[in-house]
Amino acid sequence: MTEVSYRQAITQALADELEADERVILFGEDVAAAGGVFKATEGLQERFGAGRVLDTPISEQAIVGCAIGAAIRGLNPVIEIMFADFAGVCFDQLANELPKYRYMTDGQVSVGLTVRLANGAGGGFGAQHSQSVENWFLSMIGLKIVTPATPADAYALLRASIRDPNPVLFFEHKNLYNTTGELEADVPATIGKAAVAREGSDITLVASQLMRYRALEAAELLAAEGVSAEVIDPRTMIPFDLETVGASLHRTNRLICVQECPQGGSWGATMVAALMAEQFESFDAPPILVGGDETPIPYSGELEAAWLPSPERIADAARRTLAY
Amino acid sequence: MAPRTSAAAKQARNELGLRCFARMLLIRGVEDEVQRMFTQGLVRGTTHLYQGQEASAVGVCMALREGDTMTCTYRGHGAVLAMGAPADAVLGEIMGKAKGLCGGKGGSMHLTDVGVGAYGSFAIVGAHLPIAVGLSFASRYLGDDAVSVCFFGDGTTNIGAFHEALNLASLWKTPTIFVCENNRYGEYSPQSLTTPVERLADRAASYDMPGVVVDGNDVFAVHATAGEAIERARKGLGPTLIESLTYRQVGHSRSDPAKYRPEGELDAWLARDPIVLLERALIEGGVAEDELHALRASVEQDVEGALERAKSWAEPTLESRFENILA
Repeated sequence: MTEVSYRQAITQALADELEADERVILFGEDVAAAGGVFKATEGLQERFGAGRVLDTPISEQAIVGCAIGAAIRGLNPVIEIMFADFAGVCFDQLANELPKYRYMTDGQVSVGLTVRLANGAGGGFGAQHSQSVENWFLSMIGLKIVTPATPADAYALLRASIRDPNPVLFFEHKNLYNTTGELEADVPATIGKAAVAREGSDITLVASQLMRYRALEAAELLAAEGVSAEVIDPRTMIPFDLETVGASLHRTNRLICVQECPQGGSWGATMVAALMAEQFESFDAPPILVGGDETPIPYSGELEAAWLPSPERIADAARRTLAY
Repeated sequence: MAPRTSAAAKQARNELGLRCFARMLLIRGVEDEVQRMFTQGLVRGTTHLYQGQEASAVGVCMALREGDTMTCTYRGHGAVLAMGAPADAVLGEIMGKAKGLCGGKGGSMHLTDVGVGAYGSFAIVGAHLPIAVGLSFASRYLGDDAVSVCFFGDGTTNIGAFHEALNLASLWKTPTIFVCENNRYGEYSPQSLTTPVERLADRAASYDMPGVVVDGNDVFAVHATAGEAIERARKGLGPTLIESLTYRQVGHSRSDPAKYRPEGELDAWLARDPIVLLERALIEGGVAEDELHALRASVEQDVEGALERAKSWAEPTLESRFENILA
């Protein structure tokens, strides 16, 4: 298979779904003529026409609401919220309308649409353009939340998200767009399956998106010390593959979760609570959540680097756990 | 000089008037029952009633045809009934029954009956306006010529989603009919306290969209105005904002006695009650008073029957709460 970037994988998945199904349409700010501010939709309007790939005003409530209306009449919209943080200006549509519409009407409508959002820190965008926004939506039952880290996962999971009859928030980490890798297969994946990114037997590191790569680096540091760390990437936050993480924990008996956010209301906190409740006996040491500091995300390169979990911080946490 | 109407036109007008009359009476009857049910503890939470505004919903919805879609607000019992939703399932939903429109999961503020084109009642002010744009965008994309009507109150014209929706609808020329039912009050506050413009239809000008004002208590006028906007939309000429001037005869919700109304205001509007106005117009048009009395009696019976049926229905099973979260 060919080596592609995360960005190209996204574009390819969109193109393949636009090709496969006429009900698929794409709209958002600057996604059509300009090809997207992250260039993830480049060439799609030329290829599929202005009737199917449309630019919108800077108007997130209209973008999401319009997609909901189009979806319940049978179209399959894919929309882009440029920076995931802009979910704040259409939070009502994303939190009150999108997840609850089907439930409140007792199944009279299906809201099959995909919201693409550029997520995450590390690029010097400051506190309002860098957050890990998937955490805002963990209690919005009725949504699926997808957070791919590799080009292969981005491709296969985006296609799966578009084909899913439910609303899916699809988070693309903006610092991974240039990451390259091979597409393993040109078919959609199953939403809700974690990946074992590195096998190991002494400790389990759970990390997603950019933190998957940092956790893998930490695993290298630990390997040099003779510690075998397993790295698991959940890939989707809802549904969350607790089984795969739990099975790993059952073998390693030690757990670290690495995430790009403060701990309150985070996916890591949710995961740890569930594992504590379900398999308390698996733990030989207290689990550790390695995350961003309890501050907004700072702008300066040094401050942001200090804010984000580094491989060294992750490895330190692992050493503490192993020494417990 | 008075216009001369042909006998056929007069008959058609009377027929339309009678259809509207029956539907408006049904809405009034249901809302009066809901008011009673609330005091009897049969309605949970809160409820927002529609008495006095019936001509708006009925006049617009009678101008729609099969395949058109409608969305409305939490004050939506009237609009959903105007689309033809069965009264027993409406009352059943308000009581939270299993056979209610939404299986008891929606309640008074979320009545939905997709089968008749009623795509939802929305409880967050402004939320459904962009959704209505999407419904009508889909019609155009799919190549049917359905339009999408969206009802909302005067207060909605101050929230962001209103402006975003009108802007996008006009930009994309979607077949959307925005119907602002100006009932004088946004919750407890009169329009003058919250809104710097008097004529809300004027706001359409910002979006290069026609803004039309209509007497919302005159069902014939509403029907004609909506008909023009609908025709325009079907032709691909884009959306219209209609401001329907009407009056909420009751408080905002069941906890609001509406003490803020100036003395005499309610009486003046009761004298222009849309059902009274229509009855008078029909009699002037030559409809026999006996026929109108018979219609009233028949609708009253229908409401009574619907209420009895709805009350007799079972509560939802506890397992049903886990159903229809995901498709």
